[in-house]
Amino acid sequence: MRITQGTFSYLPDLTDAEIAAQIDYALGKGWSVSVEHTDDPHPRNVYWEMWGMPMFDLKDAAGAMMEIKACRRTFPSHYVKVNAFEATQGWESTRLSFIVQRPAAEPGFRVVRQEVAGRAVRYTVESYAVDRPEGSRY
Amino acid sequence: MDTAANATSRETAAPDAVDLAALARETGVPDVLDELERDLVGLAPVKARIRDIAALLLVDRGRRLVGLPAEPPSLHMCFTGNPGTGKTTVAMRMAEILHRLGYVRKGHLVAVTRDDLVGQYIGHTAPKTREVLKRAMGGVLFIDEAYYLYRPENERDYGQEAIEILLQVMENHRDDLVVILAGYKDRMDTFFQSNPGMASRIAHHIDFPDYSVDELYSISGLMLAKMGYRLAPDAETALREYIARRIALPHFANARSVRNALDRARLRQASRLVAATGRAVSRDDLATITAADLRASRVFNA
Repeated sequence: MRITQGTFSYLPDLTDAEIAAQIDYALGKGWSVSVEHTDDPHPRNVYWEMWGMPMFDLKDAAGAMMEIKACRRTFPSHYVKVNAFEATQGWESTRLSFIVQRPAAEPGFRVVRQEVAGRAVRYTVESYAVDRPEGSRY
Repeated sequence: MDTAANATSRETAAPDAVDLAALARETGVPDVLDELERDLVGLAPVKARIRDIAALLLVDRGRRLVGLPAEPPSLHMCFTGNPGTGKTTVAMRMAEILHRLGYVRKGHLVAVTRDDLVGQYIGHTAPKTREVLKRAMGGVLFIDEAYYLYRPENERDYGQEAIEILLQVMENHRDDLVVILAGYKDRMDTFFQSNPGMASRIAHHIDFPDYSVDELYSISGLMLAKMGYRLAPDAETALREYIARRIALPHFANARSVRNALDRARLRQASRLVAATGRAVSRDDLATITAADLRASRVFNA
């Protein structure tokens, strides 16, 4: 199941040149770029693992591309995304976020039905990625 | 399919001749070189080398236009010279020139010293150095007093780690950034002897000669003009004499010493104007440095 999260997620995967162009756009706007990764792309999992510190004072996409490539090498089967954060007062939040790597096989989600009082059913989704036991996930 | 068609159409469209002069005008490089000639006094070998590099990059551009292979040259540089000979100033210009020629994408200068690259404990150096390198990408990284990176007296010094990361990036990201090392000649020579990997990756060793009295005098003229001051007629000879004497004294730092001397002359001029009560100070008075302001220097007592 193909995850659609963040900007461009309905497009074919961006090439490295396209990613660099997007990062250049973000840097041109004065946003700081950071790289994050996770194996559990649950929609409510908003805190992905940080790959190093956010990169402040960057002028060119090459530095961020270096980190993206290093992150991909280290976690070849994780999701990797790029965030661009605007620090201007009033915004102070992420302005752009897009996935730059996804695993070859995306496990997707299952629906979990929980029966509660009065035969009512509560629904939730769970990532198949978190099925694997502790230690084999990371 | 599409890209193949594009490639062939580009090949057929490639011209047989290219007007380098027009290409140069288009990039605005002659303006930068002229500005360099005008603003920087002396430094003939430095200017010659910058012209060579500019010519090489221009020819490479031309080659690409006519469809010849143009491997981007390695442009890492080493600036050696005594203090105050203009290494940082030229590095700043270099960033702009390389940017106009399309060699670096952004053309900013990141000036660092050992403290910005080397960490204080194990595992601190690598992220710190990489952080600086990332900031410099697309521009020029200027490492002042680079020989401090290598401290042979302490074999556990983290400087070596910074050098290794630096070397790796200089090699693998040649089209992303240009590294300029700067320092005194003799100490840079020892640095390169103990780091042959660094020496072999730096294509351009540029030596900044000391300025002559005449050159320093012209430099002081440019500095005064920039600060909005001028010399009284008798102060001109005083300044020349000052420079000639100052060169012979220890700790002479070329243009920097001249600037300090001018700053001190401004101080004396200010005290003189404040002390001279009883009449209004004219515009002329405020802008003029007299011989007395210069001759009060301790250099003349020595």
